[in-house]
Amino acid sequence: MKTIPVSEAVAMIPDGADLMIGGFLGVGTPERIVNELVRQEKHNLCVIANDTAKPGVGIGKLISAKLVRKVIASHIGLNSETQQQMLAGELSVELVPQGTLAERIRAGGFGLGGVLTPTGVGTMAEDGRRKVDVDGKVFLLETPLRADFALVHAFLADYLGNLSYALTARNFNPLMAMAAVNVIAGAENIVPVGLIAPDHVVTPAPLVDYLVANV
Amino acid sequence: MTIMDAQTIIAKRIARELRSGMLVNLGIGIPTLVANYVPSDIQVFFQSENGLIGTGRPPEEGMAHPTLTDAGGRPVTALPGASTFDSALSFGLIRGGHVDLTVLGGLQVDQGGLLANWMIPDKMVPGMGGAMDLVTGAKRVVVAMQHTAKGKPKILKECSLPLTSVRPIDLVVTEMAVIAFPDGRATLTETAPGVSVADVVKATDAELIVPRRVPEMVL
Repeated sequence: MKTIPVSEAVAMIPDGADLMIGGFLGVGTPERIVNELVRQEKHNLCVIANDTAKPGVGIGKLISAKLVRKVIASHIGLNSETQQQMLAGELSVELVPQGTLAERIRAGGFGLGGVLTPTGVGTMAEDGRRKVDVDGKVFLLETPLRADFALVHAFLADYLGNLSYALTARNFNPLMAMAAVNVIAGAENIVPVGLIAPDHVVTPAPLVDYLVANV
Repeated sequence: MTIMDAQTIIAKRIARELRSGMLVNLGIGIPTLVANYVPSDIQVFFQSENGLIGTGRPPEEGMAHPTLTDAGGRPVTALPGASTFDSALSFGLIRGGHVDLTVLGGLQVDQGGLLANWMIPDKMVPGMGGAMDLVTGAKRVVVAMQHTAKGKPKILKECSLPLTSVRPIDLVVTEMAVIAFPDGRATLTETAPGVSVADVVKATDAELIVPRRVPEMVL
């Protein structure tokens, strides 16, 4: 694990990268990293996230700056700009049921070939999915998701990169920290090793490649 | 009847479905109001699918915490005994049948109990969020919605909008009636105060089974 300034962390991300970004309507999104993506104008991004928040909040900033080519998310309803860009054909949106999105990311991070879920059977969400019969019950085969970078937000990070999260800011962050080639973490507080008790570490240090310095 | 009255009737009636110890997920809109009418002698756990069990009322002015929100992104409180978890566990609770009851809004319900509540093609495409998982996985699904929209029935022979799940709901509660789906057929089980069976039938497109006696809702 390496601790680096946010500008260097974002400089590693090329235009066109696939990014997983933690957060739920902006709560638990690494805001400083997102701000830096906007400042460095990283273009043509594919964003995998629960939602696109609202204009001016979290991932909404990337949408407003027109830096995103594709979104894989469960909900875009609170961001009118995402919908406008989608309807204008400027942005491709793949909508995935929230529990399916979580499991596809988990499958990507856990080395699974996919997951079988009953969610979406017989609805529009089954389009393009293989159906699998298990003992007479039909499931959809949902394939794993991985990304070039995961951008996660923790409450506490220690000097080694162990992470713990606060309240509802946890959401997709620990799942994404398993499912990307490079994991960049921001934290509200960076603390000495040992201050996060082993039982309270949610994302173990070896998963984190870069910790963004709080300067 | 004002809209406020309709919502209150729906929320109060659904609150009577709650039992002590239940794990309950409330959707956005009218379903959220159900939490205001929990009988004082029971304790239920409310789940927010963004990763919280023990969701409490909105905080007082100035007491909101930026990392404590409900699934609509609004500030909430956490009650003593609350727990937080990631999105995979949250949906494991939902899909795995650990959620006893979910209350969701609805656009249309058909006479077999199938629900459409997540999109209107070419008009409203917000994404399904957690709705498909909730309807598919919760032990019991209750829909809270107004009986008609702009005078048109929302309880139909067949949904014209895209379905949320092929799993039928258990109950739909409106400001006019309670309708259940025993054996997969829409059955009028209660009418709201001041509403006749004929009123309900007139405002409903679905074929309704009407028992000989239909009791009035107790609110």
